[in-house]
Amino acid sequence: MSMGGGGGGARRPFVRRRKSCPFSGANAPKIDYKDIRLLGRFISERGKIVPSRISAVSTKKQRELANAIKRARFLGLLPYVLR
Amino acid sequence: MPLYETVFVVRQDVAQTQVEALSTQFSDLIAGMGGQVPKKEYWGLRQLAYRMKKNRKAHYMLMNIDSPPAAVKEMERTMSINEDILRYLTVRVDELEAQPSAMMRKSDREERGDRGDRRRGDREFRGDREHRGDREHRGDRGDRGDRGERPRFGRDAAPAAPAPESSEVEGGTP
Repeated sequence: MSMGGGGGGARRPFVRRRKSCPFSGANAPKIDYKDIRLLGRFISERGKIVPSRISAVSTKKQRELANAIKRARFLGLLPYVLR
Repeated sequence: MPLYETVFVVRQDVAQTQVEALSTQFSDLIAGMGGQVPKKEYWGLRQLAYRMKKNRKAHYMLMNIDSPPAAVKEMERTMSINEDILRYLTVRVDELEAQPSAMMRKSDREERGDRGDRRRGDREFRGDREHRGDREHRGDRGDRGDRGERPRFGRDAAPAAPAPESSEVEGGTP
């Protein structure tokens, strides 16, 4: 099975690296709504929450992360929209 | 007794001492109803991410609480009455942090007195721009297309596919 066959749209072949979740592993950071430096890495330049398929955060952690970001937004620590 | 973390946001016109006074008022209330407040943390006058009742800045105070729920409910009620308090958030936690929270660790580097606040705000914005790290994201957005098409073809093949195959395809595409 070649990967090239599947990726019809891709011009150059793509070796997919398995990305691992940044919140799992030995010394992974704890998701905390107070840690805006950490959360800031998971919002886009528009202020949106970055989808997990891009950030490679696991589903469970993404839920936790989204919750933390929303808490931080409510408190005015993070923006709802960035212009 | 359940453990809680409460953050409340106070209007910018209020002095820091008044904010401290508010927090002692709340901790007295908690203590009066059979709870305790092992830690209080003043985060300073911070820039708000968006305007909140015309305020661009606000004082933040964090309280770790170990008390019966009724006390917390009463505290939230008094907070909701107080017009100086813009917002409050109480979260139930499994463990209370004994050390300074992430906020303090972060602001230790940046905070320098009242004048520093403005600069701090600016720095934060710059920080955000750098953080965008969206260089990474752009690379990844390319991926997205790939995934959309793949599932029908060879989902199973993706993890197993060895690298050398890619070179063959490279020759074929142009």
